[in-house]
Amino acid sequence: MKVLVPIKRVIDYNVKVRVKPDNSNVDLANVKMAINPFCEIAVEEAVRLKEAGTATEVIAISIGNKSCQEQLRTALALGADRAIHIDTELTLDALNIAKLLQKFVEEEQPQLVILGKQSIDSDNNQTGQMLAALTGLSQGTFASEVKVAGDKINVTREVDAGLQTVALNLPAIVTTDLRLNEPRYASLPNIMKAKRKPLVVKLAADFGIDLTPRTNLLKVTPPKERQAGIIVESIDELVEKLRNEAKVIS
Amino acid sequence: MSILVYAEHDNSALKADTLKTVAAAQQIGGDITILVAGYNCQSVAEKAAKVNGVTKVIVADNLAYEHQLAENISLLVTELAADYHVVMATALTTGKNFMPRVAALLDVAQISDITAVVSADTFVRPIYAGNAIATVESLDTKKVITVRSTGFDAVATDGSAEITMLEHVKDAGISSHVSDELTVSKRPDLGAASVVISGGRGMQNGDNFKLLDGIADKLGAAIGASRAAVDAGFVPNDMQVGQTGKIVAPDLYIAVGISGAIQHLAGMKDSKVIVAINKDPEAPIFQVADYGLVADLFEALPELENAL
Repeated sequence: MKVLVPIKRVIDYNVKVRVKPDNSNVDLANVKMAINPFCEIAVEEAVRLKEAGTATEVIAISIGNKSCQEQLRTALALGADRAIHIDTELTLDALNIAKLLQKFVEEEQPQLVILGKQSIDSDNNQTGQMLAALTGLSQGTFASEVKVAGDKINVTREVDAGLQTVALNLPAIVTTDLRLNEPRYASLPNIMKAKRKPLVVKLAADFGIDLTPRTNLLKVTPPKERQAGIIVESIDELVEKLRNEAKVIS
Repeated sequence: MSILVYAEHDNSALKADTLKTVAAAQQIGGDITILVAGYNCQSVAEKAAKVNGVTKVIVADNLAYEHQLAENISLLVTELAADYHVVMATALTTGKNFMPRVAALLDVAQISDITAVVSADTFVRPIYAGNAIATVESLDTKKVITVRSTGFDAVATDGSAEITMLEHVKDAGISSHVSDELTVSKRPDLGAASVVISGGRGMQNGDNFKLLDGIADKLGAAIGASRAAVDAGFVPNDMQVGQTGKIVAPDLYIAVGISGAIQHLAGMKDSKVIVAINKDPEAPIFQVADYGLVADLFEALPELENAL
Protein backbone atom coordinates (compact mmCIF):
# COMPACT_ATOMS: atom_id res chain seq x y z
CA MET A 1 0.00 0.00 0.00
CA LYS A 2 1.34 3.37 -1.08
CA VAL A 3 0.93 6.30 1.33
CA LEU A 4 1.10 9.92 0.21
CA VAL A 5 1.91 12.52 2.87
CA PRO A 6 1.48 16.19 1.92
CA ILE A 7 3.45 18.45 4.27
CA LYS A 8 3.75 22.20 4.81
CA ARG A 9 6.61 24.48 5.78
CA VAL A 10 5.49 26.88 8.52
CA ILE A 11 6.91 29.10 11.22
CA ASP A 12 8.42 27.01 14.04
CA TYR A 13 5.80 26.57 16.76
CA ASN A 14 8.18 27.94 19.40
CA VAL A 15 8.62 31.27 17.63
CA LYS A 16 6.60 34.24 18.81
CA VAL A 17 4.70 35.63 15.85
CA ARG A 18 5.10 39.34 15.05
CA VAL A 19 2.89 41.38 12.76
CA LYS A 20 4.67 43.63 10.21
CA PRO A 21 4.46 47.35 11.02
CA ASP A 22 2.54 48.00 7.78
CA ASN A 23 -0.07 45.37 8.78
CA SER A 24 0.36 43.54 5.48
CA ASN A 25 1.07 40.16 7.08
CA VAL A 26 3.13 38.54 9.83
CA ASP A 27 6.88 39.03 9.62
CA LEU A 28 8.60 35.83 8.47
CA ALA A 29 12.00 37.40 7.68
CA ASN A 30 14.82 35.61 9.53
CA VAL A 31 12.33 33.49 11.44
CA LYS A 32 12.97 29.83 12.16
CA MET A 33 10.80 27.65 9.93
CA ALA A 34 9.87 24.00 10.43
CA ILE A 35 7.59 21.21 9.28
CA ASN A 36 4.04 21.89 10.49
CA PRO A 37 3.57 19.83 13.71
CA PHE A 38 0.42 18.08 12.46
CA CYS A 39 2.24 17.20 9.21
CA GLU A 40 5.10 15.72 11.22
CA ILE A 41 2.57 13.47 12.95
CA ALA A 42 1.28 12.48 9.49
CA VAL A 43 4.79 11.49 8.35
CA GLU A 44 5.32 9.51 11.57
CA GLU A 45 2.04 7.62 11.12
CA ALA A 46 2.89 6.74 7.52
CA VAL A 47 6.35 5.53 8.54
CA ARG A 48 4.84 3.43 11.34
CA LEU A 49 2.45 1.85 8.82
CA LYS A 50 5.47 0.97 6.71
CA GLU A 51 7.35 -0.45 9.68
CA ALA A 52 4.30 -2.54 10.53
CA GLY A 53 4.31 -3.95 7.00
CA THR A 54 1.01 -2.31 6.05
CA ALA A 55 2.49 0.38 3.82
CA THR A 56 5.02 -0.39 1.11
CA GLU A 57 6.08 3.12 0.17
CA VAL A 58 5.82 6.55 1.80
CA ILE A 59 5.91 9.59 -0.49
CA ALA A 60 6.21 13.09 0.97
CA ILE A 61 5.00 16.02 -1.10
CA SER A 62 5.17 19.75 -0.48
CA ILE A 63 4.01 22.82 -2.38
CA GLY A 64 5.88 26.11 -2.10
CA ASN A 65 9.12 27.78 -3.04
CA LYS A 66 12.50 26.04 -3.01
CA SER A 67 12.89 26.37 0.76
CA CYS A 68 10.23 23.72 1.44
CA GLN A 69 12.75 21.14 0.23
CA GLU A 70 14.25 21.47 3.72
CA GLN A 71 11.04 20.08 5.20
CA LEU A 72 10.89 17.36 2.55
CA ARG A 73 14.41 16.32 3.61
CA THR A 74 13.14 16.22 7.20
CA ALA A 75 10.33 13.91 6.10
CA LEU A 76 12.87 11.72 4.28
CA ALA A 77 15.03 11.63 7.42
CA LEU A 78 11.99 10.53 9.42
CA GLY A 79 11.54 7.60 7.06
CA ALA A 80 9.72 8.69 3.90
CA ASP A 81 11.07 6.89 0.81
CA ARG A 82 10.93 9.70 -1.73
CA ALA A 83 9.78 13.27 -2.05
CA ILE A 84 8.06 15.52 -4.56
CA HIS A 85 8.45 19.29 -4.49
CA ILE A 86 5.86 21.33 -6.40
CA ASP A 87 7.59 24.60 -6.98
CA THR A 88 5.70 27.90 -6.87
CA GLU A 89 6.34 31.38 -5.53
CA LEU A 90 2.60 31.99 -5.17
CA THR A 91 0.75 31.89 -1.87
CA LEU A 92 -2.02 29.42 -2.60
CA ASP A 93 -5.46 29.01 -1.05
CA ALA A 94 -6.22 25.58 0.37
CA LEU A 95 -8.49 24.87 -2.61
CA ASN A 96 -5.64 25.37 -5.09
CA ILE A 97 -3.31 23.28 -2.93
CA ALA A 98 -5.95 20.52 -2.93
CA LYS A 99 -6.27 20.76 -6.73
CA LEU A 100 -2.53 20.29 -7.17
CA LEU A 101 -2.51 17.38 -4.72
CA GLN A 102 -5.43 15.83 -6.60
CA LYS A 103 -3.13 15.48 -9.65
CA PHE A 104 -0.69 13.43 -7.60
CA VAL A 105 -3.38 11.26 -6.07
CA GLU A 106 -4.48 10.49 -9.64
CA GLU A 107 -0.91 9.88 -10.79
CA GLU A 108 0.45 7.92 -7.83
CA GLN A 109 -2.81 6.14 -6.89
CA PRO A 110 -2.01 5.91 -3.16
CA GLN A 111 -4.31 3.81 -1.00
CA LEU A 112 -3.98 6.32 1.78
CA VAL A 113 -3.24 10.03 2.01
CA ILE A 114 -2.33 11.30 5.48
CA LEU A 115 -2.21 15.04 6.15
CA GLY A 116 -2.11 17.32 9.17
CA LYS A 117 -5.57 18.50 10.22
CA GLN A 118 -4.45 22.11 9.93
CA SER A 119 -1.36 24.23 9.58
CA ILE A 120 -0.39 26.39 12.52
CA ASP A 121 -0.03 29.50 10.36
CA SER A 122 -3.31 29.91 8.48
CA ASP A 123 -5.29 27.63 10.86
CA ASN A 124 -7.70 26.84 8.03
CA ASN A 125 -8.37 23.14 8.54
CA GLN A 126 -9.44 22.61 4.91
CA THR A 127 -6.88 20.90 2.66
CA GLY A 128 -7.56 17.26 3.61
CA GLN A 129 -11.31 17.56 3.30
CA MET A 130 -11.04 19.47 0.01
CA LEU A 131 -8.70 16.85 -1.41
CA ALA A 132 -11.15 14.15 -0.33
CA ALA A 133 -14.00 15.95 -2.10
CA LEU A 134 -12.04 16.52 -5.32
CA THR A 135 -10.90 12.91 -5.49
CA GLY A 136 -14.28 11.57 -4.36
CA LEU A 137 -12.63 9.68 -1.50
CA SER A 138 -13.78 9.08 2.06
CA GLN A 139 -12.22 11.03 4.90
CA GLY A 140 -11.29 10.51 8.54
CA THR A 141 -10.44 13.90 10.02
CA PHE A 142 -8.89 14.67 13.44
CA ALA A 143 -7.63 11.10 13.75
CA SER A 144 -6.33 9.80 17.06
CA GLU A 145 -6.08 6.18 15.90
CA VAL A 146 -6.02 4.43 12.52
CA LYS A 147 -6.32 0.72 11.84
CA VAL A 148 -6.14 -0.73 8.35
CA ALA A 149 -8.29 -3.85 7.97
CA GLY A 150 -8.50 -5.35 4.48
CA ASP A 151 -10.03 -2.88 2.05
CA LYS A 152 -11.19 -0.59 4.84
CA ILE A 153 -9.57 1.66 7.39
CA ASN A 154 -11.03 2.37 10.81
CA VAL A 155 -10.34 5.88 11.98
CA THR A 156 -11.03 7.05 15.52
CA ARG A 157 -11.73 10.77 15.44
CA GLU A 158 -11.51 13.40 18.16
CA VAL A 159 -14.90 15.12 18.12
CA ASP A 160 -16.43 17.70 20.46
CA ALA A 161 -18.31 15.14 22.51
CA GLY A 162 -15.51 12.56 22.77
CA LEU A 163 -14.37 9.97 20.25
CA GLN A 164 -16.07 8.70 17.11
CA THR A 165 -14.89 5.74 15.06
CA VAL A 166 -15.74 5.53 11.36
CA ALA A 167 -14.96 2.84 8.78
CA LEU A 168 -13.75 4.18 5.45
CA ASN A 169 -13.46 2.43 2.11
CA LEU A 170 -9.88 2.56 0.82
CA PRO A 171 -8.43 4.60 -0.76
CA ALA A 172 -9.08 7.20 1.90
CA ILE A 173 -7.87 10.53 3.26
CA VAL A 174 -6.88 10.85 6.93
CA THR A 175 -6.05 14.06 8.78
CA THR A 176 -4.08 13.87 11.99
CA ASP A 177 -4.81 15.18 15.45
CA LEU A 178 -2.20 15.58 18.17
CA ARG A 179 -2.77 12.31 19.95
CA LEU A 180 -2.31 10.07 16.93
CA ASN A 181 1.36 9.51 17.78
CA GLU A 182 4.49 11.14 19.10
CA PRO A 183 6.89 11.73 16.22
CA ARG A 184 10.43 10.39 16.51
CA TYR A 185 13.54 12.49 16.22
CA ALA A 186 15.53 12.00 13.05
CA SER A 187 18.85 10.32 13.84
CA LEU A 188 22.05 11.71 12.36
CA PRO A 189 22.64 8.64 10.13
CA ASN A 190 19.07 8.98 8.84
CA ILE A 191 19.57 12.69 8.17
CA MET A 192 22.66 11.79 6.13
CA LYS A 193 20.81 9.01 4.32
CA ALA A 194 17.93 11.38 3.53
CA LYS A 195 20.25 13.52 1.43
CA ARG A 196 20.59 10.67 -1.03
CA LYS A 197 16.91 9.80 -1.24
CA PRO A 198 15.11 10.90 -4.43
CA LEU A 199 13.51 14.34 -4.47
CA VAL A 200 11.74 15.32 -7.69
CA VAL A 201 10.89 18.94 -8.49
CA LYS A 202 7.87 19.88 -10.61
CA LEU A 203 6.48 23.30 -11.47
CA ALA A 204 3.01 24.16 -10.16
CA ALA A 205 2.45 26.21 -13.30
CA ASP A 206 2.79 23.08 -15.47
CA PHE A 207 -0.41 21.40 -14.29
CA GLY A 208 -2.90 23.55 -16.16
CA ILE A 209 -4.71 24.50 -12.97
CA ASP A 210 -6.01 28.04 -12.57
CA LEU A 211 -4.14 29.13 -9.43
CA THR A 212 -5.75 32.57 -9.17
CA PRO A 213 -6.29 33.44 -5.50
CA ARG A 214 -9.89 33.20 -4.28
CA THR A 215 -9.27 35.37 -1.26
CA ASN A 216 -7.58 38.68 -0.67
CA LEU A 217 -5.72 39.32 2.58
CA LEU A 218 -6.61 42.94 3.35
CA LYS A 219 -4.69 43.35 6.59
CA VAL A 220 -3.16 41.55 9.55
CA THR A 221 -3.15 43.14 12.97
CA PRO A 222 -1.89 42.06 16.38
CA PRO A 223 -4.60 40.73 18.70
CA LYS A 224 -6.09 43.00 21.31
CA GLU A 225 -3.81 42.70 24.31
CA ARG A 226 -5.43 41.86 27.60
CA GLN A 227 -4.24 43.99 30.47
CA ALA A 228 -3.08 42.24 33.62
CA GLY A 229 -5.56 42.85 36.41
CA ILE A 230 -4.93 42.79 40.12
CA ILE A 231 -3.52 40.26 42.54
CA VAL A 232 -5.91 39.48 45.36
CA GLU A 233 -4.65 38.36 48.75
CA SER A 234 -7.24 35.78 49.70
CA ILE A 235 -10.15 33.67 48.51
CA ASP A 236 -12.50 35.95 50.45
CA GLU A 237 -11.24 38.98 48.59
CA LEU A 238 -11.50 37.09 45.26
CA VAL A 239 -15.11 36.07 45.88
CA GLU A 240 -16.00 39.60 47.03
CA LYS A 241 -14.51 41.06 43.80
CA LEU A 242 -16.27 38.52 41.58
CA ARG A 243 -19.58 39.27 43.29
CA ASN A 244 -19.48 43.04 43.63
CA GLU A 245 -16.95 44.35 41.14
CA ALA A 246 -17.05 41.95 38.16
CA LYS A 247 -20.62 40.83 39.02
CA VAL A 248 -20.08 37.44 37.38
CA ILE A 249 -21.27 35.34 40.32
CA SER A 250 -24.20 35.81 42.63
CA MET B 1 -28.96 37.63 -0.37
CA SER B 2 -29.99 34.17 0.85
CA ILE B 3 -28.08 32.30 3.53
CA LEU B 4 -28.13 28.62 4.47
CA VAL B 5 -27.05 27.86 8.05
CA TYR B 6 -26.22 24.28 9.00
CA ALA B 7 -27.64 23.35 12.42
CA GLU B 8 -25.18 21.84 14.89
CA HIS B 9 -27.00 19.14 16.88
CA ASP B 10 -26.96 15.57 18.18
CA ASN B 11 -30.38 14.52 16.81
CA SER B 12 -32.07 15.58 20.05
CA ALA B 13 -30.87 19.06 20.98
CA LEU B 14 -29.91 22.09 18.92
CA LYS B 15 -26.51 23.35 20.05
CA ALA B 16 -26.53 26.91 21.37
CA ASP B 17 -23.60 27.69 19.05
CA THR B 18 -26.03 27.60 16.11
CA LEU B 19 -27.76 30.67 17.61
CA LYS B 20 -24.44 32.49 17.37
CA THR B 21 -23.85 31.35 13.80
CA VAL B 22 -27.29 32.73 12.94
CA ALA B 23 -26.19 36.02 14.56
CA ALA B 24 -23.22 36.06 12.18
CA ALA B 25 -25.58 35.34 9.27
CA GLN B 26 -27.75 38.28 10.31
CA GLN B 27 -24.72 40.54 10.22
CA ILE B 28 -24.09 39.49 6.62
CA GLY B 29 -27.77 40.18 6.06
CA GLY B 30 -30.37 38.30 4.05
CA ASP B 31 -32.99 35.60 4.10
CA ILE B 32 -31.83 32.89 6.52
CA THR B 33 -32.70 29.19 6.21
CA ILE B 34 -31.55 26.56 8.71
CA LEU B 35 -30.79 23.04 7.53
CA VAL B 36 -31.28 20.27 10.08
CA ALA B 37 -29.71 17.06 8.78
CA GLY B 38 -29.88 14.00 11.00
CA TYR B 39 -32.03 11.05 11.93
CA ASN B 40 -35.10 11.25 14.17
CA CYS B 41 -34.23 14.88 14.59
CA GLN B 42 -37.72 16.38 14.63
CA SER B 43 -37.18 17.97 18.04
CA VAL B 44 -34.13 19.78 16.68
CA ALA B 45 -36.19 21.05 13.76
CA GLU B 46 -38.80 22.44 16.15
CA LYS B 47 -36.12 24.27 18.13
CA ALA B 48 -34.57 25.57 14.93
CA ALA B 49 -37.94 26.96 13.82
CA LYS B 50 -37.97 29.17 16.92
CA VAL B 51 -34.59 30.78 16.18
CA ASN B 52 -35.06 34.49 15.56
CA GLY B 53 -34.38 35.86 12.11
CA VAL B 54 -34.88 32.51 10.40
CA THR B 55 -37.59 32.26 7.75
CA LYS B 56 -37.37 28.59 6.86
CA VAL B 57 -36.13 25.31 8.30
CA ILE B 58 -35.27 22.45 5.95
CA VAL B 59 -35.22 19.03 7.58
CA ALA B 60 -33.31 16.13 6.01
CA ASP B 61 -34.28 13.29 8.32
CA ASN B 62 -32.77 10.01 7.19
CA LEU B 63 -30.62 7.15 8.47
CA ALA B 64 -27.89 8.24 6.03
CA TYR B 65 -27.50 11.46 8.04
CA GLU B 66 -27.67 9.93 11.53
CA HIS B 67 -23.98 10.44 12.31
CA GLN B 68 -23.58 13.41 9.97
CA LEU B 69 -20.83 11.70 7.99
CA ALA B 70 -18.95 14.28 5.93
CA GLU B 71 -19.24 12.26 2.70
CA ASN B 72 -23.05 12.26 2.83
CA ILE B 73 -23.70 15.66 4.40
CA SER B 74 -21.42 17.44 1.94
CA LEU B 75 -23.40 16.05 -1.02
CA LEU B 76 -26.65 17.22 0.56
CA VAL B 77 -25.39 20.69 1.43
CA THR B 78 -23.69 21.14 -1.95
CA GLU B 79 -26.93 20.38 -3.74
CA LEU B 80 -28.96 22.75 -1.56
CA ALA B 81 -26.27 25.43 -1.93
CA ALA B 82 -27.44 26.06 -5.51
CA ASP B 83 -30.24 28.21 -4.09
CA TYR B 84 -28.10 30.25 -1.66
CA HIS B 85 -25.44 32.93 -1.85
CA VAL B 86 -23.84 31.97 1.46
CA VAL B 87 -23.48 28.63 3.24
CA MET B 88 -22.52 28.80 6.92
CA ALA B 89 -21.77 26.33 9.68
CA THR B 90 -20.39 26.56 13.19
CA ALA B 91 -16.66 25.86 13.41
CA LEU B 92 -17.13 22.83 15.66
CA THR B 93 -16.05 19.33 14.76
CA THR B 94 -19.07 18.59 12.52
CA GLY B 95 -18.88 21.80 10.51
CA LYS B 96 -15.08 21.68 10.31
CA ASN B 97 -15.38 18.15 8.99
CA PHE B 98 -17.79 18.54 6.09
CA MET B 99 -17.70 22.23 5.08
CA PRO B 100 -14.37 22.22 3.20
CA ARG B 101 -15.80 19.32 1.16
CA VAL B 102 -18.76 21.52 0.26
CA ALA B 103 -16.45 24.39 -0.69
CA ALA B 104 -14.35 22.14 -2.93
CA LEU B 105 -17.42 20.64 -4.60
CA LEU B 106 -18.70 24.17 -5.26
CA ASP B 107 -15.22 25.19 -6.44
CA VAL B 108 -14.94 28.07 -3.98
CA ALA B 109 -12.54 28.90 -1.16
CA GLN B 110 -13.74 28.49 2.42
CA ILE B 111 -13.36 31.26 4.97
CA SER B 112 -12.74 29.39 8.23
CA ASP B 113 -13.44 30.41 11.81
CA ILE B 114 -14.67 33.95 11.31
CA THR B 115 -14.96 36.04 14.48
CA ALA B 116 -16.46 39.18 12.92
CA VAL B 117 -18.31 40.28 9.80
CA VAL B 118 -16.94 43.46 8.18
CA SER B 119 -19.21 43.36 5.14
CA ALA B 120 -20.97 40.74 3.01
CA ASP B 121 -17.64 39.65 1.52
CA THR B 122 -15.08 40.66 4.15
CA PHE B 123 -14.47 38.83 7.39
CA VAL B 124 -12.14 38.79 10.38
CA ARG B 125 -10.48 35.56 11.46
CA PRO B 126 -7.65 34.67 13.83
CA ILE B 127 -4.50 33.13 12.37
CA TYR B 128 -1.34 31.80 14.03
CA ALA B 129 -3.39 30.52 16.99
CA GLY B 130 -4.86 33.96 17.58
CA ASN B 131 -1.47 35.67 17.68
CA ALA B 132 -2.48 37.64 14.60
CA ILE B 133 -5.88 38.73 13.31
CA ALA B 134 -6.51 38.67 9.57
CA THR B 135 -9.11 40.62 7.63
CA VAL B 136 -9.93 38.58 4.53
CA GLU B 137 -11.98 39.40 1.47
CA SER B 138 -13.66 36.51 -0.33
CA LEU B 139 -13.51 36.87 -4.13
CA ASP B 140 -15.92 34.01 -4.83
CA THR B 141 -19.53 34.82 -5.67
CA LYS B 142 -20.77 31.96 -3.52
CA LYS B 143 -19.37 31.98 0.02
CA VAL B 144 -18.67 29.04 2.29
CA ILE B 145 -18.00 30.17 5.84
CA THR B 146 -17.45 28.56 9.22
CA VAL B 147 -18.12 30.66 12.29
CA ARG B 148 -16.24 30.70 15.57
CA SER B 149 -19.20 31.11 17.86
CA THR B 150 -17.27 32.95 20.60
CA GLY B 151 -17.21 35.99 18.32
CA PHE B 152 -21.00 36.42 18.24
CA ASP B 153 -23.88 36.82 20.70
CA ALA B 154 -26.68 34.27 20.44
CA VAL B 155 -29.95 35.39 18.86
CA ALA B 156 -33.20 34.91 20.78
CA THR B 157 -35.52 31.95 20.25
CA ASP B 158 -39.02 33.34 20.02
CA GLY B 159 -39.42 33.17 16.26
CA SER B 160 -41.56 30.85 14.16
CA ALA B 161 -40.16 29.67 10.87
CA GLU B 162 -41.84 27.34 8.41
CA ILE B 163 -40.57 23.73 8.46
CA THR B 164 -40.16 21.78 5.19
CA MET B 165 -39.17 18.14 4.96
CA LEU B 166 -36.68 17.05 2.33
CA GLU B 167 -37.50 13.66 0.90
CA HIS B 168 -34.65 12.56 -1.33
CA VAL B 169 -31.42 11.28 0.18
CA LYS B 170 -27.73 11.63 -0.59
CA ASP B 171 -25.65 8.64 0.46
CA ALA B 172 -22.09 8.48 -0.88
CA GLY B 173 -21.78 4.90 0.39
CA ILE B 174 -18.02 5.12 1.02
CA SER B 175 -17.98 5.48 4.79
CA SER B 176 -19.90 4.21 7.77
CA HIS B 177 -20.18 4.86 11.46
CA VAL B 178 -18.69 2.23 13.79
CA SER B 179 -18.97 3.53 17.34
CA ASP B 180 -19.00 6.52 19.63
CA GLU B 181 -17.19 6.89 22.89
CA LEU B 182 -18.85 9.98 24.24
CA THR B 183 -18.12 11.68 27.49
CA VAL B 184 -21.28 11.73 29.56
CA SER B 185 -21.54 14.71 31.82
CA LYS B 186 -24.37 16.39 33.65
CA ARG B 187 -22.47 19.65 33.44
CA PRO B 188 -23.00 22.22 30.70
CA ASP B 189 -21.02 21.99 27.46
CA LEU B 190 -17.65 23.71 27.55
CA GLY B 191 -18.65 25.78 24.54
CA ALA B 192 -21.98 26.84 26.00
CA ALA B 193 -21.20 27.35 29.71
CA SER B 194 -21.19 30.87 31.13
CA VAL B 195 -18.62 29.78 33.71
CA VAL B 196 -15.65 27.50 33.03
CA ILE B 197 -13.17 26.22 35.60
CA SER B 198 -10.07 24.52 34.19
CA GLY B 199 -7.22 22.61 35.76
CA GLY B 200 -3.67 22.33 34.53
CA ARG B 201 -0.52 20.39 35.24
CA GLY B 202 -0.60 21.84 38.77
CA MET B 203 -3.53 19.53 39.56
CA GLN B 204 -0.89 16.74 39.70
CA ASN B 205 -3.24 13.89 38.81
CA GLY B 206 -6.70 13.07 37.46
CA ASP B 207 -8.14 12.34 40.90
CA ASN B 208 -7.44 15.88 42.05
CA PHE B 209 -9.79 17.20 39.36
CA LYS B 210 -12.53 16.19 41.81
CA LEU B 211 -11.52 19.31 43.74
CA LEU B 212 -13.10 21.30 40.91
CA ASP B 213 -16.42 19.42 41.07
CA GLY B 214 -17.93 21.16 44.07
CA ILE B 215 -17.04 24.60 42.75
CA ALA B 216 -18.40 23.74 39.31
CA ASP B 217 -21.65 22.53 40.94
CA LYS B 218 -22.09 25.78 42.83
CA LEU B 219 -21.34 27.96 39.80
CA GLY B 220 -23.10 25.82 37.19
CA ALA B 221 -19.73 25.65 35.48
CA ALA B 222 -18.21 23.38 32.87
CA ILE B 223 -14.85 21.80 33.71
CA GLY B 224 -11.94 22.15 31.31
CA ALA B 225 -8.24 21.39 31.27
CA SER B 226 -5.01 22.60 29.73
CA ARG B 227 -3.18 20.58 27.10
CA ALA B 228 -0.48 19.83 29.68
CA ALA B 229 -3.10 18.15 31.89
CA VAL B 230 -4.49 16.20 28.94
CA ASP B 231 -1.05 15.14 27.69
CA ALA B 232 -0.16 14.01 31.21
CA GLY B 233 -3.22 11.73 31.07
CA PHE B 234 -5.11 13.42 33.94
CA VAL B 235 -8.30 13.90 31.92
CA PRO B 236 -9.64 13.09 28.42
CA ASN B 237 -8.92 15.32 25.44
CA ASP B 238 -12.50 16.49 25.00
CA MET B 239 -11.93 18.63 28.11
CA GLN B 240 -9.02 20.47 26.52
CA VAL B 241 -9.25 24.24 26.20
CA GLY B 242 -6.72 25.78 23.82
CA GLN B 243 -5.52 26.14 20.27
CA THR B 244 -5.70 22.40 19.74
CA GLY B 245 -8.77 21.92 21.90
CA LYS B 246 -11.94 23.90 22.45
CA ILE B 247 -12.16 27.64 22.17
CA VAL B 248 -14.27 29.20 24.89
CA ALA B 249 -15.27 32.71 25.89
CA PRO B 250 -17.44 32.43 29.02
CA ASP B 251 -18.38 35.28 31.35
CA LEU B 252 -16.03 33.82 33.95
CA TYR B 253 -13.00 31.61 33.34
CA ILE B 254 -11.12 30.23 36.33
CA ALA B 255 -7.67 28.81 35.54
CA VAL B 256 -6.31 26.62 38.32
CA GLY B 257 -2.71 25.40 38.29
CA ILE B 258 -2.35 26.49 34.66
CA SER B 259 0.84 28.33 33.74
CA GLY B 260 -0.67 30.07 30.71
CA ALA B 261 1.15 28.74 27.65
CA ILE B 262 0.29 30.60 24.40
CA GLN B 263 -1.52 27.53 23.18
CA HIS B 264 -3.86 27.61 26.21
CA LEU B 265 -4.40 31.37 26.03
CA ALA B 266 -5.49 30.95 22.41
CA GLY B 267 -8.47 28.99 23.70
CA MET B 268 -9.70 31.28 26.47
CA LYS B 269 -8.35 34.81 26.28
CA ASP B 270 -11.61 36.22 24.97
CA SER B 271 -13.36 35.28 28.22
CA LYS B 272 -14.99 38.30 29.88
CA VAL B 273 -13.41 37.83 33.31
CA ILE B 274 -10.39 35.63 33.92
CA VAL B 275 -9.32 34.39 37.34
CA ALA B 276 -5.98 32.64 37.85
CA ILE B 277 -4.98 30.59 40.85
CA ASN B 278 -1.35 29.51 40.73
CA LYS B 279 1.39 29.15 43.30
CA ASP B 280 4.02 30.56 40.94
CA PRO B 281 3.75 34.38 40.99
CA GLU B 282 5.73 34.49 37.72
CA ALA B 283 3.26 32.31 35.79
CA PRO B 284 2.29 34.04 32.50
CA ILE B 285 -1.38 33.36 33.18
CA PHE B 286 -1.33 36.31 35.64
CA GLN B 287 -0.60 38.66 32.73
CA VAL B 288 -4.01 38.01 31.23
CA ALA B 289 -5.97 37.47 34.46
CA ASP B 290 -8.31 40.12 35.82
CA TYR B 291 -7.95 38.61 39.27
CA GLY B 292 -4.93 36.60 40.30
CA LEU B 293 -4.41 34.67 43.49
CA VAL B 294 -0.95 33.35 44.32
CA ALA B 295 -1.75 30.30 46.39
CA ASP B 296 -1.42 26.55 46.70
CA LEU B 297 -4.45 25.24 44.84
CA PHE B 298 -4.91 22.37 47.30
CA GLU B 299 -5.65 24.95 49.99
CA ALA B 300 -7.37 27.51 47.80
CA LEU B 301 -9.90 25.20 46.10
CA PRO B 302 -11.64 23.86 49.24
CA GLU B 303 -11.69 27.40 50.57
CA LEU B 304 -13.25 28.70 47.36
CA GLU B 305 -15.89 25.98 47.42
CA ASN B 306 -16.85 26.98 50.97
CA ALA B 307 -16.91 30.68 50.18
CA LEU B 308 -19.38 30.32 47.30
